Amino acid sequence: MRTREPLGGHAPLRGSASTWSADPVFRALALACAASVLVVLAAMIVRTTVEAWPVFADQGLISFLTGDLWDPGQSRSEVTGTYGALPFLYGTLKSAAIGLMLALPLAIAVALFINEVAPRRLRGLLAYGVETLAMVPSVVYALVGLYFLRLEVWRPIGQAVADSPLGVLPMFSGPVTNSSYWAAGNVLAIMILPIMTAIIRETFAQTPREERMAAYAMGATPWEVMRRVILPRGVPGIVGGTMLGLGRALGETIAVAFLIGASQRMSSSIFFAGDSVTSLIYNTFQDARPEGVWALLAIGVTLFVITMIVNVIARLIIHQVGRTTGDASL
Amino acid sequence: MAGVLGAAMVLAVAPLVVILWQVILNGGAAMSWEFLSSVESSPRDPGGYLHGIVGTLYMTGIAATLSIPIGILAATYLVEYGRSGRFANTVRFFTDVMTGVPSIFVGLAIYALLVVSGGAGLGFGTFVGAAALATIMLPIVVRSSEEMLNLVPADLRTASAGLGARRWQTTVKVVLPAAAPGLITGSMLAIARGAGETAPLVLTALGARQVVTAFQGTPQADIGLLMTDGFSQPFEPGIERAWAGGLTLIIVTLLLTITARFIAARRKV
Repeated sequence: MRTREPLGGHAPLRGSASTWSADPVFRALALACAASVLVVLAAMIVRTTVEAWPVFADQGLISFLTGDLWDPGQSRSEVTGTYGALPFLYGTLKSAAIGLMLALPLAIAVALFINEVAPRRLRGLLAYGVETLAMVPSVVYALVGLYFLRLEVWRPIGQAVADSPLGVLPMFSGPVTNSSYWAAGNVLAIMILPIMTAIIRETFAQTPREERMAAYAMGATPWEVMRRVILPRGVPGIVGGTMLGLGRALGETIAVAFLIGASQRMSSSIFFAGDSVTSLIYNTFQDARPEGVWALLAIGVTLFVITMIVNVIARLIIHQVGRTTGDASL
Repeated sequence: MAGVLGAAMVLAVAPLVVILWQVILNGGAAMSWEFLSSVESSPRDPGGYLHGIVGTLYMTGIAATLSIPIGILAATYLVEYGRSGRFANTVRFFTDVMTGVPSIFVGLAIYALLVVSGGAGLGFGTFVGAAALATIMLPIVVRSSEEMLNLVPADLRTASAGLGARRWQTTVKVVLPAAAPGLITGSMLAIARGAGETAPLVLTALGARQVVTAFQGTPQADIGLLMTDGFSQPFEPGIERAWAGGLTLIIVTLLLTITARFIAARRKV
């Protein structure tokens, strides 16, 4: 769009010959910044994969993923150790699964409570309370988990379950250790609750008013409206929110590293110590020789691919519902 | 039924109460002038987290300087130019995906890109730590800024164009100022997230035992790194300082978050 110089004026917004180039320049600058997101993401993927390649090439993808021995070599130039990622993938998936099992029912109940039951004045405050959990630094979760929650809350609950008749199942059998899949799963549940609640709340709130009113007109109780009208409407949000929570849970590092226990035994019980991908990277990076670092990059790339798939599926589902706003979704 | 849902609500807020209670109780007892003003030589010796506080502020500051302008300009492109074109939608989608990239992977990637000799070969230090934090903050800034720019009424843009402003003038002098409170809110949330991040710094900043002012080349300290070092070893002074460090981080992140929400609540676009 061309503009003319106003007659005799020097208005602040006048167009002049010296600024005609500003428009395309500004546009190009903004475009470059937008493209930088894609460039950064691509650069991260390419560099890590290139750096990790010797390990994938030497071990073979299948034996890397299914091997259960992680024995790093000390070489600076070649791959001499054995790298099997299974115990770590197992622990990552197991602790994330525990986190989801705990967080999902809670997130649905909290979303229903905030949207449907709580007095209108309290809704904002309650939503903030849950969202604030997303802003607590993960190192603080590690600290409080390590010195308080696992000792006073999680282990006693685990012990009670292991002592109950449920304890005969391999999944719930003792011994119950302080740091375990269970402790890591619990901290993950707290950490992913905000994002799951935010997304589920959003979809619940989108239930058409007419449908609720029609249900009430036919004599449905508030509980029946929640169960028969709001919950079915919220299914995409529940699935998408769960996937997004899973993505976060798989990648969480500090809190899991200090609560899972660093044992590669792959116990069938959830109350025994295990290990995770993030925990392995965090715990062994500083002592790793170049070869060991490549292996950590290889397992990091594996984790990235898994979270990427989970996140893309989650975003595709959530995009159909509409974008969620709020701090927790960031 | 309301009772069951209410109980779930209590259960959901309980962790926040427990965390605040524990951190204020233990951290408050360990907080002192010495903690804020001196440097510990190891978790078993007396001292404080001055080096960690300097490092965290230094790296978060650089990360904010990198990610906020780029993020806001990227959001400007998405809202003002790209709209719902294929490129803009691609950027939007991958920005969303990028918010879910594990922070430890960002640490590994920045390590492979900037630290090792196969990459830029910069070694560990303040700048590479900041680059990792900026990578984590960038998608947060883009997303929140885009939301805010979308709230600016189209009338303002039309009115500005009607006065003869060029596109960039409309954007810089009308749209961005109108969205400023929202942009500040989003940026503060991103800074809060960056300041509380520890995992990627293990692979980029590495940690230090003295105040580091070098921009790059010398490993840098961080509150989170000192905390993990302190609470994972059986020395009373180190554990106490870790609680004080936790209190410091909680205060910083929650102050930023609450101020950001306060600004957002008063926003009138």
